[in-house]
Amino acid sequence: MNWTEDDIRQLLDRLAEELRQQLHDRGIRDYELVGIYAGGAWVAEALRERLGRTREAGMLDISFYRDDFSRHGLNPRVKPTRLPFDVDGRHLVLVDDVLMSGRTIRAAMNELFDYGRPESIQLVVLFDVGRRELPIRPDLCGEILALEPHKRVELHGPSPLWAELMEQTRQG
Amino acid sequence: MTTEPPSSEVQLTPGGRLRHFLAIENLPRSLLTEILDTAAGFVSVGDRSVKNVPLLRGKTSVNLFFEPSTRTRTTFELAAKRLSADVLNMDIAHSATSKGESLLDMLRNLEAMASDLFVVRHADSGAAHFIARHVTPNVAIINAGDGRHAHPTQAMLDMYTIRHYKGGFEGLTVAIVGDVLHSRVARSQINALLTLGAEEVRVIAPRTLLPADVEALGARVFTELEPGLRDADVVMALRLQRERMQSALLPSEGEFYRLYGLNEDRLRHAHPQAIVMHPGPMNRGVEIDSGLADGERSVILHQVTFGIAVRMAVMSMCVSGQESGEV
Repeated sequence: MNWTEDDIRQLLDRLAEELRQQLHDRGIRDYELVGIYAGGAWVAEALRERLGRTREAGMLDISFYRDDFSRHGLNPRVKPTRLPFDVDGRHLVLVDDVLMSGRTIRAAMNELFDYGRPESIQLVVLFDVGRRELPIRPDLCGEILALEPHKRVELHGPSPLWAELMEQTRQG
Repeated sequence: MTTEPPSSEVQLTPGGRLRHFLAIENLPRSLLTEILDTAAGFVSVGDRSVKNVPLLRGKTSVNLFFEPSTRTRTTFELAAKRLSADVLNMDIAHSATSKGESLLDMLRNLEAMASDLFVVRHADSGAAHFIARHVTPNVAIINAGDGRHAHPTQAMLDMYTIRHYKGGFEGLTVAIVGDVLHSRVARSQINALLTLGAEEVRVIAPRTLLPADVEALGARVFTELEPGLRDADVVMALRLQRERMQSALLPSEGEFYRLYGLNEDRLRHAHPQAIVMHPGPMNRGVEIDSGLADGERSVILHQVTFGIAVRMAVMSMCVSGQESGEV
């Protein structure tokens, strides 16, 4: 099963609308988007456009915070984390493409706290495939998938954005 | 101890990952590039309010300095601390080896304290290599300077600086000026530059300060400064190793400056966009003029900043190579 550019666009449209509503419900008018490199950064950028925000989204590379560093080593294509705003006291919307074990999100939150103390963090993901290993769940999610154990979903981008179901290679 | 360059088997795991960092010789270009790319990720960590990342949390790095070098030790200490490692400073010049404990006994003791990384500085060429061959697996050795042989992290931070300012190595002419004979840095720099694909590496020095085998390393030799500097994209000064000058290889420091000292006027022979580098500590007015060292072309202080990131990269790559199970 594949998600075409159109499918992803519809998911993003709905996600952006739900995010707008949720921020409104929580009384949050001022917030910052933070995408996790690479897929999460693409989704964050797509949401930024739909929400009509001018300020660019922040980008996190969590390579230095991974808990499997000694098993897999460092990825030399680490992109520097770029947060074009002060994290202290801000409402943050953390964005990733696929939520699985929850370890990436834990690493991302650890990294964010090294930049300051955010007022709040909400988690928005395009796909939630379950298989959680940590007590982490998304505030908003584009689509919940029940995948067979050996399958994973991968987002391709940045333009066009599309996704496909693939054979699991290694724990990500 | 041997001054033979360490083979790649000593420095790399069977899968090609770094496990000791002893010398640039015999390391493939892809690995040097991986060090530079990894360091690039660490540079931005130094700009944050919290300057450490948790990569080496719970690991212990031991600075094993058999000869004093406050600067180098401090940068390795800072790099280890930014990776959240614990750091132990062993100042061996005043320690057990002077009480008659053998080097190997001391190594066994440090291993027994469950150390993960030894950063070794020694006056004898080949010392780090010797230690690497005798430590137990799971301990990584980083050479922080051995005799006249190598200072590979210094060379890699120089490579990082060049890549940062010049975008790459293709087509570059790099001139290394000064006391090549006593320099552990020069040999590593020449190896790294040629491995990374620099067009031409020149050394500029009086014959008395050149090692006999310098041409064999692949460098072009100039005994006069101005022709050597002509159109160079990068000019790297070396420190005149005063404390190593045991015999009269030079008439005087004043004479050295007159013939080989770098200043703005002489830099006119180099490329207009040439950058000026120095591994520090500088002898102002001996190998480099103060005005040039503090001037617009000088990237000397950036070298120091990049040096932390490069050492973080090498340390984390060695520890992860040791832990990969490919030892």
